[in-house]
Amino acid sequence: MTAIVETLSALFLLMGVFLFLVSAFGIIRLPDVYTRNHAASKSSTLGIMFILIGTLLYFYYKHSHFDFRVVLAIIFIFMTSPVAGHLIMRSAYHSGVKMWDRSVQDDLKKTR
Amino acid sequence: MFDLMLKIALLGVSLSMIGFLYRLIKGPSVPDRVIALDAMGINLIAIVALASIVMDTSAYLEAILLLGILSFIGTVAFAKFLEKGEIIENDRNR
Repeated sequence: MTAIVETLSALFLLMGVFLFLVSAFGIIRLPDVYTRNHAASKSSTLGIMFILIGTLLYFYYKHSHFDFRVVLAIIFIFMTSPVAGHLIMRSAYHSGVKMWDRSVQDDLKKTR
Repeated sequence: MFDLMLKIALLGVSLSMIGFLYRLIKGPSVPDRVIALDAMGINLIAIVALASIVMDTSAYLEAILLLGILSFIGTVAFAKFLEKGEIIENDRNR
């Protein structure tokens, strides 16, 4: 049983790290600020949730200690990280950061 | 086996930190730098979680919550500064 939980914990940690690497690759590679935010906010959020679930499982099987601070951190990051991404993209749009020159549609242009 | 996976995980998190640092330095606009900094804050949370597994102590888990809250507050304050020009508005100036 312990070995199963240990493997599961390591798997969660590695999945989280993979999502972090995807996020870093996207933030280097994508063309404008909106697509970069799309990469950074979504995959970083899921990555940190996987890593925290791995940490929770580790402390649970190693010390039989279910740590509610980690659960609280998972819930808090899941709520706040997309909100932070939304706010910073809204301020980027209103302060006039250009979209990619090959993008075809701007639905917010009327309300500007 | 678990130790090896932990080392791979720390290496990957550090590599992605270098990627965010590249965007933080080079980013052509200010919101680019802000989202890079926000992602670096979340990345730092991951490093704290992995370090608390490496040192086998649960004493650092408050730092996770604290870093999450500070990163969110900082990003919201910077977004408001970029959009309105000031962070805390004075009521009498309306």
